[in-house]
Amino acid sequence: MSFLTSLDFWFTVLRCTTPVLFATMAALIASRSGVLNLGLEGGMTIAALCGVLGSGFTGSLFVGLLAGLAGGVGFTMLLAYFIQHFKTNPVISGVAMNLAASGGSVFCLYSITGDKNASNSLASLAFPSIDLPVIQSIPGLGDVLSGHNCLTYLAFLLTVILFVVLRSTSFGVHVRSVGESEEAARSVGISVEKVRYQAMLISGILVSFGGMYLSMGYVNRFTSGMVAGRGYVALATNAMAAGNALLGMVSSILYGFGSALSIYLQNNNVDPYLITIIPYAFIIVFYVAFIFYYKCRKRLDEII
Amino acid sequence: MKTKKKFEWYGVIRVMVSILISLLIAAAIIFVVADDPVTAFSKFLLGPFSTRRNFFNVVETMIPLVFCGLAINVMHKSGLFSMVADSSFYFSGVTAAAIAIACPMPNIVHQIVILAVAMLVGGVIGVIPVLVKRKTGANELVISLMMNYIFFNFGYWLIRRFFLDTSNGSYSIAFQPTATLGKLIPRTNTHYGFLIMIVVVVLMWILMDKSAFGRALRITGANESFARYAGISVGMVVLGSQFIGGMLAGLAGGVEMIGMYRNFQWITSQSYVWDGILINLLAGTRPLMIPVSAFFISYIRIGALVMSRGGDVDSEIVSIIQGIMILLIASERFLYQMKKRKEEREALQNQSLETENAA
Repeated sequence: MSFLTSLDFWFTVLRCTTPVLFATMAALIASRSGVLNLGLEGGMTIAALCGVLGSGFTGSLFVGLLAGLAGGVGFTMLLAYFIQHFKTNPVISGVAMNLAASGGSVFCLYSITGDKNASNSLASLAFPSIDLPVIQSIPGLGDVLSGHNCLTYLAFLLTVILFVVLRSTSFGVHVRSVGESEEAARSVGISVEKVRYQAMLISGILVSFGGMYLSMGYVNRFTSGMVAGRGYVALATNAMAAGNALLGMVSSILYGFGSALSIYLQNNNVDPYLITIIPYAFIIVFYVAFIFYYKCRKRLDEII
Repeated sequence: MKTKKKFEWYGVIRVMVSILISLLIAAAIIFVVADDPVTAFSKFLLGPFSTRRNFFNVVETMIPLVFCGLAINVMHKSGLFSMVADSSFYFSGVTAAAIAIACPMPNIVHQIVILAVAMLVGGVIGVIPVLVKRKTGANELVISLMMNYIFFNFGYWLIRRFFLDTSNGSYSIAFQPTATLGKLIPRTNTHYGFLIMIVVVVLMWILMDKSAFGRALRITGANESFARYAGISVGMVVLGSQFIGGMLAGLAGGVEMIGMYRNFQWITSQSYVWDGILINLLAGTRPLMIPVSAFFISYIRIGALVMSRGGDVDSEIVSIIQGIMILLIASERFLYQMKKRKEEREALQNQSLETENAA
């Protein structure tokens, strides 16, 4: 366990945190507006695929970005449309969309490129890494914080922005009130449907970035099943955050820690299948502990 | 006054229209993708009937689908969306394989022990998410989804650790010769699990539609506080439903493992929950209809496989079709106008009847 003190390890923690942080924020904005977005997993898959296809065929990172955003947002808005307009059960519709996305992405990849399971024949691009100007030169801190993919910085930046938006803008108040009580919000003239669609739009954008980070930052190709349950993990980290974006950052970093732990243990000759369990077990334990804490605190409040 | 129970045409029409729409979308996709779309589509629709082997493939694929459809049926009727059936299925398969390899026993006893232990393991795993929910308030959906990843990796690790066939590198060593269900129909892979399936369907039909437990479960799922006021011990009913659901998924894992394989070959996670949800929806959550809808899903799956063998259309198209079907059937407002008009008409009729009676 000597690697816990190495700076490289903590760099990896932040790297592993990024996709889940995006997804956690996506889950957070949706759940604050009162919609359960179970389509995170599928949204990330579709965005990852579209980003790779877009950048691979045009050779332009910007087109890849637009394609990824279009895929992820389109997917999430379709889910929102079914939940809002057709009154579908959000769990069932999320399951259906994820199923269609996991198989559909393999199907599309095969039909378009002829590759099965991984986009090896496509030379897709990746987002660049950035060295932070001042922090870079600080010993220790610079090694951990500098040199990340630009999407990593975007993730942390968006988290802070989301925290401020939810807390102190009128849009944030609308979102929260719609989520707290639909009837009350409607009675003061807030359009519940409109606010929820807006929240799902933001959720879709965040999910797309999370997906694109996986296929255009983490590695630069698409493989089937590459999201590996991160969309579901985000549901747990979101529940741990209890609606607070900054707490969401903390819970995402917890997942990132577990994930980095599994990467480092892989070098120590432990069976890969046993190691894969670590991040999931890590998050399930923390999730249950957090929820139990919230429940006890609520009960305590009631007594006092 | 006794009212005659009328057949619910509305539900049937809705399911049929949903199937039709998703197949039309599939046809559209095939026409875009394939070089020879007509051949591809006819293979997709008629492939399962093209050879004897293909047809019995449909029957074999159907067996675990029926078990998992029943498992989802009983688990989700409690109003809780636990997806733990995948964990039960996979880990029971692992348990079955372990007993099949390591414990030599006489014929018949061996199979019974394997299936009984598989059921027990599946049931115990099935209870976990709801038990944790009861104790801590954590969401059963999130826990069960995480558990599926954990149990797949842990189960496969156990096989690798203890029973790995080193000449192969990823499968296990062979089962004992007694650990097999035997062929029901010669020269196919269709095993005696098919008969177990029929028995289980009948048992579940009695349990869900004819017993006090089924009634209590339905009431609990529809309205928990009402069930509590009606004197139903909600906790026991819900936990019982999860245990039974887990047992069914576990039995599916055991039957599939010793029915279809001679050694452990599940190197990827086996996912039956999504199929189970669709099958349960297609069947209108009625246990007796589940074999029919499972046969249908199995049919289009084998059809897609037959199509992908000879052509350029990938068999994953099935998951797109399934996704669209689930979405449409689960949509409350899909074909809502039809239902509304019918209800309005009936309400008017009842009203006029009542006025006649009053007069």
